[in-house]
Amino acid sequence: MPARDSGAQVSRRTLGQRFSAYLAHHRQTLFDGLQQLGRQPLATFMTVAVIGIALALPAGALVLVNNARGLSAGWQGTARISLFLKNGLSDGTVQQLADSVRAHSGVAAVQVISAEQALVDFQRRSGFNDTLSLLGSNPLPAVLVVQPTAAYTAPAAAQQLAQSFGALPQVDQVRMDVQWLKRLQAILALLHRGVLIVAVLLAIAVVLIVGNTIRLEIENRRAEIEVSKLLGATDRFVRRPFLYHGAWYGLAGGVLAWILVLIGLALMGGPVDQLVGLYGSHFSLSGLGASGVLGLLAGGIVLGWLGSWLAVARHLRAIEPT
Amino acid sequence: MIEFHEVSKRYDGGNEALAGLSFTAERGEMLFVTGPSGAGKSTLLKLLALIERPSRGQIIVNGRNLGGLRRRQIPHYRRQVGVIFQDHKLLLERSVFDNVALPLVIGGVPRNEIPRRVGAALELVGLLHKERALPIQLSTGEQQRVGIARAVISRPPILIADEPTGNLDPELSYEVMRLFQRLNQVGITVLVASHDHNLIRRLGQRFISLRAGRLVPPELAGGAYAGT
Repeated sequence: MPARDSGAQVSRRTLGQRFSAYLAHHRQTLFDGLQQLGRQPLATFMTVAVIGIALALPAGALVLVNNARGLSAGWQGTARISLFLKNGLSDGTVQQLADSVRAHSGVAAVQVISAEQALVDFQRRSGFNDTLSLLGSNPLPAVLVVQPTAAYTAPAAAQQLAQSFGALPQVDQVRMDVQWLKRLQAILALLHRGVLIVAVLLAIAVVLIVGNTIRLEIENRRAEIEVSKLLGATDRFVRRPFLYHGAWYGLAGGVLAWILVLIGLALMGGPVDQLVGLYGSHFSLSGLGASGVLGLLAGGIVLGWLGSWLAVARHLRAIEPT
Repeated sequence: MIEFHEVSKRYDGGNEALAGLSFTAERGEMLFVTGPSGAGKSTLLKLLALIERPSRGQIIVNGRNLGGLRRRQIPHYRRQVGVIFQDHKLLLERSVFDNVALPLVIGGVPRNEIPRRVGAALELVGLLHKERALPIQLSTGEQQRVGIARAVISRPPILIADEPTGNLDPELSYEVMRLFQRLNQVGITVLVASHDHNLIRRLGQRFISLRAGRLVPPELAGGAYAGT
Protein backbone atom coordinates (compact mmCIF):
# COMPACT_ATOMS: atom_id res chain seq x y z
CA MET A 1 0.00 0.00 0.00
CA PRO A 2 1.53 3.33 -0.98
CA ALA A 3 0.32 5.18 2.08
CA ARG A 4 2.50 3.54 4.69
CA ASP A 5 5.14 6.19 5.24
CA SER A 6 2.92 9.24 5.21
CA GLY A 7 4.83 11.63 2.99
CA ALA A 8 8.18 11.33 4.71
CA GLN A 9 9.53 9.90 1.46
CA VAL A 10 10.00 13.35 -0.07
CA SER A 11 12.55 14.59 2.43
CA ARG A 12 14.52 11.36 2.34
CA ARG A 13 15.58 11.90 -1.26
CA THR A 14 19.04 13.34 -1.72
CA LEU A 15 19.62 16.76 -3.20
CA GLY A 16 21.22 15.17 -6.28
CA GLN A 17 18.19 13.01 -6.93
CA ARG A 18 15.87 15.96 -6.56
CA PHE A 19 18.00 18.03 -8.92
CA SER A 20 18.04 15.33 -11.56
CA ALA A 21 14.25 14.99 -11.25
CA TYR A 22 14.07 18.76 -11.68
CA LEU A 23 16.22 18.58 -14.82
CA ALA A 24 14.15 15.69 -16.11
CA HIS A 25 11.03 17.79 -15.71
CA HIS A 26 12.66 20.64 -17.63
CA ARG A 27 13.58 18.24 -20.42
CA GLN A 28 10.11 16.74 -20.41
CA THR A 29 8.46 20.17 -20.54
CA LEU A 30 10.78 21.26 -23.32
CA PHE A 31 9.68 18.42 -25.59
CA ASP A 32 6.06 18.60 -24.48
CA GLY A 33 6.14 22.18 -25.73
CA LEU A 34 7.34 20.97 -29.11
CA GLN A 35 4.60 18.35 -29.25
CA GLN A 36 2.07 20.99 -28.34
CA LEU A 37 3.08 22.96 -31.42
CA GLY A 38 2.49 19.91 -33.59
CA ARG A 39 -0.96 19.34 -32.16
CA GLN A 40 -2.53 22.28 -33.98
CA PRO A 41 -0.39 22.57 -37.09
CA LEU A 42 -2.37 25.27 -38.87
CA ALA A 43 -2.66 27.64 -35.92
CA THR A 44 0.98 27.03 -35.07
CA PHE A 45 2.05 27.62 -38.64
CA MET A 46 0.22 30.94 -38.80
CA THR A 47 1.76 32.20 -35.59
CA VAL A 48 5.21 31.03 -36.66
CA ALA A 49 4.72 32.60 -40.11
CA VAL A 50 3.87 35.99 -38.58
CA ILE A 51 6.92 35.80 -36.30
CA GLY A 52 9.11 34.62 -39.19
CA ILE A 53 8.07 37.45 -41.47
CA ALA A 54 8.41 40.01 -38.70
CA LEU A 55 11.97 38.80 -38.06
CA ALA A 56 12.88 38.31 -41.73
CA LEU A 57 12.06 41.89 -42.75
CA PRO A 58 14.61 43.66 -40.56
CA ALA A 59 17.12 40.81 -40.90
CA GLY A 60 16.93 40.94 -44.69
CA ALA A 61 17.10 44.72 -44.79
CA LEU A 62 20.10 44.64 -42.48
CA VAL A 63 21.85 42.16 -44.75
CA LEU A 64 21.28 44.44 -47.76
CA VAL A 65 22.48 47.56 -45.96
CA ASN A 66 25.55 45.71 -44.70
CA ASN A 67 26.26 44.49 -48.23
CA ALA A 68 26.05 48.04 -49.54
CA ARG A 69 28.32 49.24 -46.75
CA GLY A 70 30.83 46.52 -47.49
CA LEU A 71 30.77 47.42 -51.15
CA SER A 72 31.30 51.13 -50.57
CA ALA A 73 34.08 50.43 -48.09
CA GLY A 74 35.78 48.43 -50.83
CA TRP A 75 35.53 51.42 -53.12
CA GLN A 76 37.13 53.69 -50.61
CA GLY A 77 40.05 51.32 -50.33
CA THR A 78 40.77 51.85 -54.01
CA ALA A 79 40.24 55.61 -53.94
CA ARG A 80 42.13 56.93 -56.92
CA ILE A 81 43.27 60.41 -57.80
CA SER A 82 42.91 61.52 -61.40
CA LEU A 83 45.30 64.25 -62.57
CA PHE A 84 43.96 65.92 -65.71
CA LEU A 85 46.96 67.49 -67.45
CA LYS A 86 47.03 70.66 -69.49
CA ASN A 87 46.39 70.31 -73.20
CA GLY A 88 49.24 70.15 -75.64
CA LEU A 89 51.85 68.46 -73.50
CA SER A 90 54.12 66.15 -75.41
CA ASP A 91 54.19 62.44 -74.69
CA GLY A 92 57.68 62.80 -73.26
CA THR A 93 56.66 65.50 -70.82
CA VAL A 94 53.71 63.38 -69.74
CA GLN A 95 56.01 60.39 -69.18
CA GLN A 96 58.48 62.54 -67.20
CA LEU A 97 55.70 63.86 -65.05
CA ALA A 98 54.39 60.34 -64.48
CA ASP A 99 57.84 59.24 -63.34
CA SER A 100 58.18 62.11 -60.88
CA VAL A 101 54.70 61.44 -59.49
CA ARG A 102 55.53 57.77 -59.20
CA ALA A 103 58.60 58.73 -57.14
CA HIS A 104 56.37 60.22 -54.43
CA SER A 105 56.32 58.08 -51.31
CA GLY A 106 52.52 58.11 -51.13
CA VAL A 107 52.04 56.71 -54.61
CA ALA A 108 51.72 53.01 -55.27
CA ALA A 109 51.17 53.14 -59.01
CA VAL A 110 50.59 55.58 -61.81
CA GLN A 111 48.68 54.75 -64.95
CA VAL A 112 49.19 57.02 -67.93
CA ILE A 113 46.30 57.62 -70.25
CA SER A 114 47.57 59.63 -73.15
CA ALA A 115 45.30 62.05 -74.96
CA GLU A 116 45.16 59.69 -77.95
CA GLN A 117 44.34 56.74 -75.75
CA ALA A 118 41.59 58.74 -74.03
CA LEU A 119 40.11 59.66 -77.40
CA VAL A 120 40.12 56.05 -78.62
CA ASP A 121 38.49 54.90 -75.41
CA PHE A 122 35.89 57.61 -75.58
CA GLN A 123 35.08 56.86 -79.23
CA ARG A 124 34.70 53.22 -78.46
CA ARG A 125 32.46 53.71 -75.45
CA SER A 126 30.35 56.66 -76.49
CA GLY A 127 29.63 55.76 -80.09
CA PHE A 128 30.26 59.40 -81.09
CA ASN A 129 32.82 58.18 -83.56
CA ASP A 130 31.83 60.37 -86.50
CA THR A 131 31.12 63.47 -84.49
CA LEU A 132 34.51 63.34 -82.83
CA SER A 133 36.34 62.97 -86.11
CA LEU A 134 34.69 66.25 -87.21
CA LEU A 135 36.49 68.10 -84.43
CA GLY A 136 39.80 67.75 -86.16
CA SER A 137 41.91 68.09 -83.03
CA ASN A 138 41.72 65.97 -79.90
CA PRO A 139 39.89 67.92 -77.15
CA LEU A 140 40.78 65.43 -74.46
CA PRO A 141 43.73 65.92 -72.09
CA ALA A 142 46.16 63.27 -70.97
CA VAL A 143 45.38 61.82 -67.57
CA LEU A 144 47.53 60.35 -64.82
CA VAL A 145 45.58 57.93 -62.67
CA VAL A 146 47.34 57.83 -59.31
CA GLN A 147 46.85 54.91 -56.97
CA PRO A 148 47.87 55.99 -53.46
CA THR A 149 49.66 53.60 -51.14
CA ALA A 150 47.70 52.06 -48.28
CA ALA A 151 48.90 54.78 -45.94
CA TYR A 152 47.41 57.46 -48.17
CA THR A 153 43.99 55.99 -48.86
CA ALA A 154 42.36 57.55 -45.81
CA PRO A 155 40.30 60.59 -46.93
CA ALA A 156 42.45 63.25 -45.23
CA ALA A 157 45.77 61.84 -46.43
CA ALA A 158 44.47 61.34 -49.95
CA GLN A 159 43.23 64.91 -49.95
CA GLN A 160 46.69 66.14 -48.98
CA LEU A 161 48.27 64.10 -51.74
CA ALA A 162 45.81 65.45 -54.27
CA GLN A 163 46.58 69.03 -53.25
CA SER A 164 50.30 68.60 -53.64
CA PHE A 165 49.82 67.18 -57.16
CA GLY A 166 47.37 69.94 -57.98
CA ALA A 167 50.15 72.47 -57.38
CA LEU A 168 52.23 71.00 -60.23
CA PRO A 169 52.30 73.42 -63.21
CA GLN A 170 51.44 70.74 -65.78
CA VAL A 171 48.30 69.68 -63.91
CA ASP A 172 45.10 71.36 -64.96
CA GLN A 173 42.64 69.73 -62.60
CA VAL A 174 42.64 67.15 -59.81
CA ARG A 175 39.62 64.96 -59.27
CA MET A 176 39.27 62.82 -56.21
CA ASP A 177 35.89 61.18 -55.93
CA VAL A 178 35.63 60.64 -52.20
CA GLN A 179 32.91 63.18 -51.56
CA TRP A 180 30.16 61.12 -53.13
CA LEU A 181 31.45 58.06 -51.28
CA LYS A 182 31.14 59.93 -48.01
CA ARG A 183 27.60 60.92 -48.90
CA LEU A 184 26.73 57.38 -49.88
CA GLN A 185 28.07 56.14 -46.60
CA ALA A 186 26.11 58.71 -44.66
CA ILE A 187 22.96 57.60 -46.48
CA LEU A 188 23.75 53.98 -45.72
CA ALA A 189 24.30 54.81 -42.04
CA LEU A 190 20.92 56.51 -42.05
CA LEU A 191 19.30 53.47 -43.67
CA HIS A 192 21.02 51.24 -41.15
CA ARG A 193 19.59 53.27 -38.31
CA GLY A 194 16.15 53.18 -39.90
CA VAL A 195 16.30 49.42 -40.24
CA LEU A 196 17.27 49.13 -36.57
CA ILE A 197 14.27 51.23 -35.53
CA VAL A 198 11.95 49.08 -37.63
CA ALA A 199 13.62 46.00 -36.13
CA VAL A 200 12.85 47.19 -32.61
CA LEU A 201 9.21 47.84 -33.53
CA LEU A 202 8.85 44.43 -35.15
CA ALA A 203 10.53 42.79 -32.16
CA ILE A 204 7.87 44.37 -29.94
CA ALA A 205 5.25 43.02 -32.35
CA VAL A 206 6.72 39.53 -32.03
CA VAL A 207 6.59 39.76 -28.23
CA LEU A 208 2.94 40.79 -28.39
CA ILE A 209 2.03 38.06 -30.88
CA VAL A 210 3.62 35.36 -28.75
CA GLY A 211 2.06 36.89 -25.64
CA ASN A 212 -1.39 36.73 -27.15
CA THR A 213 -0.92 33.17 -28.40
CA ILE A 214 0.24 32.04 -24.98
CA ARG A 215 -2.67 33.87 -23.35
CA LEU A 216 -5.08 31.75 -25.43
CA GLU A 217 -3.06 28.68 -24.55
CA ILE A 218 -3.39 29.47 -20.84
CA GLU A 219 -7.14 29.89 -21.28
CA ASN A 220 -7.36 26.50 -23.01
CA ARG A 221 -5.46 24.76 -20.26
CA ARG A 222 -7.27 26.44 -17.40
CA ALA A 223 -8.54 23.18 -15.91
CA GLU A 224 -5.07 21.67 -15.98
CA ILE A 225 -3.58 24.72 -14.26
CA GLU A 226 -6.26 24.68 -11.55
CA VAL A 227 -5.82 20.99 -10.83
CA SER A 228 -2.03 21.29 -10.81
CA LYS A 229 -2.23 24.13 -8.29
CA LEU A 230 -4.59 22.09 -6.13
CA LEU A 231 -2.12 19.24 -6.14
CA GLY A 232 0.61 21.54 -4.89
CA ALA A 233 2.24 22.81 -8.07
CA THR A 234 4.38 25.89 -7.56
CA ASP A 235 4.03 28.97 -9.76
CA ARG A 236 7.29 28.04 -11.45
CA PHE A 237 6.05 24.56 -12.27
CA VAL A 238 2.88 25.92 -13.82
CA ARG A 239 4.74 28.65 -15.67
CA ARG A 240 7.48 26.48 -17.15
CA PRO A 241 5.62 24.78 -20.01
CA PHE A 242 4.28 28.11 -21.25
CA LEU A 243 7.72 29.71 -21.23
CA TYR A 244 9.15 26.80 -23.20
CA HIS A 245 6.21 26.96 -25.54
CA GLY A 246 6.89 30.63 -26.23
CA ALA A 247 10.58 29.94 -26.76
CA TRP A 248 9.73 27.24 -29.31
CA TYR A 249 7.53 29.68 -31.18
CA GLY A 250 10.41 32.15 -31.23
CA LEU A 251 12.92 29.56 -32.42
CA ALA A 252 10.59 28.31 -35.16
CA GLY A 253 9.98 31.92 -36.22
CA GLY A 254 13.73 32.52 -36.28
CA VAL A 255 14.34 29.47 -38.48
CA LEU A 256 11.58 30.57 -40.84
CA ALA A 257 13.07 34.07 -40.98
CA TRP A 258 16.46 32.56 -41.84
CA ILE A 259 14.89 30.56 -44.68
CA LEU A 260 13.05 33.64 -45.94
CA VAL A 261 16.26 35.68 -45.97
CA LEU A 262 18.04 32.87 -47.85
CA ILE A 263 15.25 32.76 -50.43
CA GLY A 264 15.29 36.54 -50.74
CA LEU A 265 19.07 36.61 -51.29
CA ALA A 266 18.85 33.80 -53.84
CA LEU A 267 16.19 35.73 -55.75
CA MET A 268 18.32 38.89 -55.71
CA GLY A 269 21.51 37.09 -56.65
CA GLY A 270 20.79 37.10 -60.42
CA PRO A 271 19.90 40.79 -60.77
CA VAL A 272 22.85 41.76 -58.56
CA ASP A 273 25.24 39.81 -60.77
CA GLN A 274 23.82 41.61 -63.79
CA LEU A 275 24.20 44.97 -62.11
CA VAL A 276 27.78 44.50 -61.02
CA GLY A 277 28.53 42.99 -64.43
CA LEU A 278 27.60 46.34 -65.92
CA TYR A 279 30.21 48.02 -63.76
CA GLY A 280 32.75 45.37 -64.71
CA SER A 281 33.31 44.57 -61.08
CA HIS A 282 33.22 41.44 -58.97
CA PHE A 283 30.76 41.35 -56.14
CA SER A 284 28.38 38.82 -54.75
CA LEU A 285 25.83 39.30 -51.98
CA SER A 286 26.97 38.01 -48.65
CA GLY A 287 24.35 36.40 -46.45
CA LEU A 288 23.65 36.53 -42.72
CA GLY A 289 26.86 34.76 -41.78
CA ALA A 290 27.17 32.38 -38.83
CA SER A 291 26.85 35.12 -36.22
CA GLY A 292 23.86 36.58 -38.04
CA VAL A 293 22.07 33.25 -38.11
CA LEU A 294 22.86 32.62 -34.45
CA GLY A 295 21.69 36.11 -33.58
CA LEU A 296 18.46 35.61 -35.49
CA LEU A 297 17.70 32.29 -33.78
CA ALA A 298 18.72 33.50 -30.33
CA GLY A 299 16.74 36.69 -30.86
CA GLY A 300 13.69 34.63 -31.81
CA ILE A 301 14.02 32.49 -28.68
CA VAL A 302 14.47 35.50 -26.40
CA LEU A 303 11.50 37.35 -27.90
CA GLY A 304 9.29 34.24 -27.68
CA TRP A 305 10.32 33.69 -24.08
CA LEU A 306 9.67 37.34 -23.28
CA GLY A 307 6.24 37.26 -24.91
CA SER A 308 5.15 34.25 -22.91
CA TRP A 309 6.52 35.87 -19.74
CA LEU A 310 4.20 38.81 -20.37
CA ALA A 311 1.18 36.53 -20.77
CA VAL A 312 2.13 34.26 -17.90
CA ALA A 313 2.82 37.10 -15.47
CA ARG A 314 -0.58 38.62 -16.18
CA HIS A 315 -2.85 35.61 -16.45
CA LEU A 316 -1.42 32.69 -14.51
CA ARG A 317 -1.77 34.21 -11.08
CA ALA A 318 -5.41 34.93 -11.74
CA ILE A 319 -6.19 31.24 -12.14
CA GLU A 320 -6.76 29.79 -8.70
CA PRO A 321 -8.70 26.66 -7.83
CA THR A 322 -12.25 27.22 -6.60
CA MET B 1 -3.79 16.77 13.46
CA ILE B 2 -6.58 19.12 12.39
CA GLU B 3 -7.84 21.81 14.74
CA PHE B 4 -10.51 24.42 14.05
CA HIS B 5 -10.70 27.25 16.59
CA GLU B 6 -13.77 29.50 16.31
CA VAL B 7 -13.52 29.52 12.55
CA SER B 8 -15.93 31.73 10.61
CA LYS B 9 -16.16 32.18 6.89
CA ARG B 10 -18.23 34.91 5.34
CA TYR B 11 -18.27 35.10 1.54
CA ASP B 12 -18.27 38.38 -0.35
CA GLY B 13 -22.02 38.19 -0.90
CA GLY B 14 -22.54 38.32 2.88
CA ASN B 15 -23.41 34.62 3.09
CA GLU B 16 -21.95 33.18 6.28
CA ALA B 17 -20.92 29.60 5.54
CA LEU B 18 -19.22 28.87 8.86
CA ALA B 19 -19.96 30.60 12.16
CA GLY B 20 -17.50 30.03 14.98
CA LEU B 21 -16.80 26.38 14.26
CA SER B 22 -14.46 24.48 16.58
CA PHE B 23 -13.49 20.83 16.39
CA THR B 24 -10.44 18.59 16.44
CA ALA B 25 -9.46 15.51 14.48
CA GLU B 26 -6.63 13.55 16.07
CA ARG B 27 -3.68 12.14 14.18
CA GLY B 28 -4.65 8.88 12.54
CA GLU B 29 -8.34 9.50 13.08
CA MET B 30 -11.13 9.08 10.53
CA LEU B 31 -13.81 11.72 10.91
CA PHE B 32 -16.99 12.32 8.96
CA VAL B 33 -18.51 15.76 8.55
CA THR B 34 -22.21 15.56 7.88
CA GLY B 35 -25.13 17.90 7.48
CA PRO B 36 -27.56 19.10 4.81
CA SER B 37 -26.29 20.88 1.71
CA GLY B 38 -25.40 24.48 2.51
CA ALA B 39 -24.42 23.58 6.07
CA GLY B 40 -20.79 24.50 5.40
CA LYS B 41 -19.20 21.10 4.71
CA SER B 42 -17.64 22.15 1.43
CA THR B 43 -16.42 25.42 2.90
CA LEU B 44 -14.75 23.50 5.71
CA LEU B 45 -12.84 21.35 3.20
CA LYS B 46 -11.95 24.36 1.05
CA LEU B 47 -10.43 26.03 4.09
CA LEU B 48 -8.38 22.90 4.72
CA ALA B 49 -7.16 22.80 1.12
CA LEU B 50 -6.38 26.54 1.32
CA ILE B 51 -8.73 27.22 -1.57
CA GLU B 52 -10.41 29.68 0.77
CA ARG B 53 -9.13 31.60 3.78
CA PRO B 54 -11.20 31.97 6.98
CA SER B 55 -12.70 35.36 7.83
CA ARG B 56 -12.01 34.74 11.52
CA GLY B 57 -10.54 32.04 13.71
CA GLN B 58 -7.58 29.73 13.38
CA ILE B 59 -6.98 26.46 11.62
CA ILE B 60 -4.03 24.37 12.72
CA VAL B 61 -2.97 21.41 10.60
CA ASN B 62 -0.12 19.14 11.61
CA GLY B 63 1.02 21.76 14.11
CA ARG B 64 0.99 24.56 11.57
CA ASN B 65 -1.26 27.59 11.69
CA LEU B 66 -2.64 27.97 8.17
CA GLY B 67 -3.14 31.71 8.72
CA GLY B 68 0.64 32.11 8.83
CA LEU B 69 1.27 30.48 5.47
CA ARG B 70 2.38 32.83 2.71
CA ARG B 71 1.32 32.42 -0.89
CA ARG B 72 4.54 30.72 -1.91
CA GLN B 73 4.27 28.21 0.93
CA ILE B 74 0.82 27.06 -0.16
CA PRO B 75 2.01 24.53 -2.80
CA HIS B 76 4.15 22.70 -0.26
CA TYR B 77 1.30 22.63 2.23
CA ARG B 78 -1.10 21.25 -0.39
CA ARG B 79 1.23 18.33 -1.09
CA GLN B 80 0.64 17.24 2.51
CA VAL B 81 -3.11 17.09 2.00
CA GLY B 82 -4.69 14.69 -0.48
CA VAL B 83 -8.00 16.05 -1.70
CA ILE B 84 -10.80 14.07 -3.33
CA PHE B 85 -13.48 16.10 -5.06
CA GLN B 86 -17.08 15.25 -5.73
CA ASP B 87 -16.55 16.11 -9.42
CA HIS B 88 -13.19 14.27 -9.22
CA LYS B 89 -11.38 17.05 -11.20
CA LEU B 90 -9.52 14.66 -13.48
CA LEU B 91 -7.83 15.95 -16.62
CA LEU B 92 -10.06 14.57 -19.33
CA GLU B 93 -7.57 14.56 -22.17
CA ARG B 94 -4.91 12.72 -20.15
CA SER B 95 -4.77 8.99 -19.50
CA VAL B 96 -5.53 7.49 -16.10
CA PHE B 97 -1.80 6.89 -15.67
CA ASP B 98 -0.93 10.54 -16.35
CA ASN B 99 -3.67 11.76 -14.03
CA VAL B 100 -2.50 9.62 -11.15
CA ALA B 101 1.17 10.44 -11.82
CA LEU B 102 0.59 14.21 -11.76
CA PRO B 103 1.25 14.73 -8.01
CA LEU B 104 4.55 12.84 -8.37
CA VAL B 105 5.61 14.95 -11.34
CA ILE B 106 4.70 18.09 -9.40
CA GLY B 107 6.58 16.80 -6.35
CA GLY B 108 9.73 16.17 -8.38
CA VAL B 109 9.78 12.40 -7.93
CA PRO B 110 12.42 10.73 -10.17
CA ARG B 111 10.90 9.48 -13.40
CA ASN B 112 11.99 5.89 -13.00
CA GLU B 113 10.08 5.71 -9.71
CA ILE B 114 6.80 6.93 -11.17
CA PRO B 115 5.44 3.84 -13.01
CA ARG B 116 5.90 1.61 -10.00
CA ARG B 117 4.13 4.00 -7.65
CA VAL B 118 1.31 4.72 -10.10
CA GLY B 119 0.88 0.96 -10.45
CA ALA B 120 0.69 0.54 -6.66
CA ALA B 121 -1.86 3.34 -6.29
CA LEU B 122 -4.04 2.01 -9.11
CA GLU B 123 -3.84 -1.48 -7.68
CA LEU B 124 -5.06 -0.11 -4.37
CA VAL B 125 -8.25 1.17 -6.00
CA GLY B 126 -8.52 -1.88 -8.27
CA LEU B 127 -7.96 -0.07 -11.55
CA LEU B 128 -4.53 -1.28 -12.61
CA HIS B 129 -5.98 -2.63 -15.88
CA LYS B 130 -7.35 0.84 -16.82
CA GLU B 131 -3.95 2.56 -16.81
CA ARG B 132 -4.11 3.53 -20.49
CA ALA B 133 -7.80 4.53 -20.53
CA LEU B 134 -9.04 8.10 -20.68
CA PRO B 135 -11.26 9.26 -17.80
CA ILE B 136 -14.35 9.52 -20.06
CA GLN B 137 -14.04 5.83 -20.87
CA LEU B 138 -14.56 5.01 -17.19
CA SER B 139 -17.73 4.78 -15.13
CA THR B 140 -18.44 7.43 -12.48
CA GLY B 141 -17.35 5.08 -9.72
CA GLU B 142 -14.10 4.31 -11.52
CA GLN B 143 -13.42 7.99 -12.09
CA GLN B 144 -13.91 8.60 -8.38
CA ARG B 145 -11.44 5.82 -7.61
CA VAL B 146 -8.88 7.33 -10.00
CA GLY B 147 -9.32 10.55 -8.01
CA ILE B 148 -8.59 8.62 -4.82
CA ALA B 149 -5.50 7.01 -6.32
CA ARG B 150 -4.26 10.47 -7.31
CA ALA B 151 -4.94 11.82 -3.81
CA VAL B 152 -2.99 9.09 -2.04
CA ILE B 153 -0.10 8.53 -4.44
CA SER B 154 2.19 11.10 -2.85
CA ARG B 155 1.48 9.53 0.54
CA PRO B 156 0.04 12.58 2.25
CA PRO B 157 -0.51 12.39 6.01
CA ILE B 158 -3.99 13.88 5.59
CA LEU B 159 -6.76 12.94 3.19
CA ILE B 160 -9.89 15.01 2.76
CA ALA B 161 -12.86 14.08 0.59
CA ASP B 162 -15.85 16.16 -0.44
CA GLU B 163 -18.95 13.99 -0.99
CA PRO B 164 -16.83 11.22 -2.53
CA THR B 165 -19.90 9.01 -2.95
CA GLY B 166 -22.28 11.72 -4.14
CA ASN B 167 -22.89 10.11 -7.50
CA LEU B 168 -22.50 6.46 -6.58
CA ASP B 169 -25.03 3.75 -5.77
CA PRO B 170 -25.06 2.42 -2.16
CA GLU B 171 -22.88 -0.61 -2.86
CA LEU B 172 -20.17 1.41 -4.68
CA SER B 173 -20.40 4.07 -1.96
CA TYR B 174 -19.75 1.47 0.67
CA GLU B 175 -16.76 0.16 -1.30
CA VAL B 176 -15.26 3.64 -1.56
CA MET B 177 -15.75 4.26 2.16
CA ARG B 178 -14.17 0.92 3.00
CA LEU B 179 -11.21 2.03 0.94
CA PHE B 180 -10.93 5.18 3.07
CA GLN B 181 -11.05 3.01 6.17
CA ARG B 182 -8.18 0.91 4.85
CA LEU B 183 -6.14 4.05 4.16
CA ASN B 184 -6.98 5.27 7.66
CA GLN B 185 -5.73 2.00 9.10
CA VAL B 186 -2.26 2.61 7.68
CA GLY B 187 -2.03 5.90 9.54
CA ILE B 188 -3.59 8.55 7.32
CA THR B 189 -5.85 11.07 8.99
CA VAL B 190 -9.07 11.02 6.95
CA LEU B 191 -11.79 13.67 6.86
CA VAL B 192 -14.85 12.91 4.75
CA ALA B 193 -17.75 15.26 4.09
CA SER B 194 -20.92 13.35 3.34
CA HIS B 195 -24.65 13.80 3.76
CA ASP B 196 -25.24 10.05 3.71
CA HIS B 197 -26.22 9.32 7.35
CA ASN B 198 -27.09 5.72 6.69
CA LEU B 199 -23.71 4.97 5.22
CA ILE B 200 -21.89 6.70 8.11
CA ARG B 201 -23.87 4.68 10.66
CA ARG B 202 -23.11 1.50 8.77
CA LEU B 203 -19.39 2.28 8.92
CA GLY B 204 -19.54 3.12 12.61
CA GLN B 205 -17.07 6.02 12.39
CA ARG B 206 -17.06 9.15 14.46
CA PHE B 207 -18.76 12.15 12.86
CA ILE B 208 -19.57 15.78 13.49
CA SER B 209 -22.77 17.34 12.27
CA LEU B 210 -23.07 20.84 10.82
CA ARG B 211 -26.13 23.02 10.38
CA ALA B 212 -25.95 26.59 9.08
CA GLY B 213 -22.22 26.73 9.71
CA ARG B 214 -22.44 25.59 13.33
CA LEU B 215 -21.83 22.34 15.14
CA VAL B 216 -25.03 20.49 15.97
CA PRO B 217 -24.93 19.32 19.64
CA PRO B 218 -24.41 15.56 20.00
CA GLU B 219 -27.79 14.80 21.59
CA LEU B 220 -29.57 16.26 18.54
CA ALA B 221 -27.29 14.62 16.00
CA GLY B 222 -27.72 11.11 17.33
CA GLY B 223 -26.00 8.01 16.02
CA ALA B 224 -22.33 7.39 16.61
CA TYR B 225 -21.52 10.97 17.48
CA ALA B 226 -18.44 11.10 19.65
CA GLY B 227 -18.11 14.77 20.58
CA THR B 228 -15.23 17.09 19.79
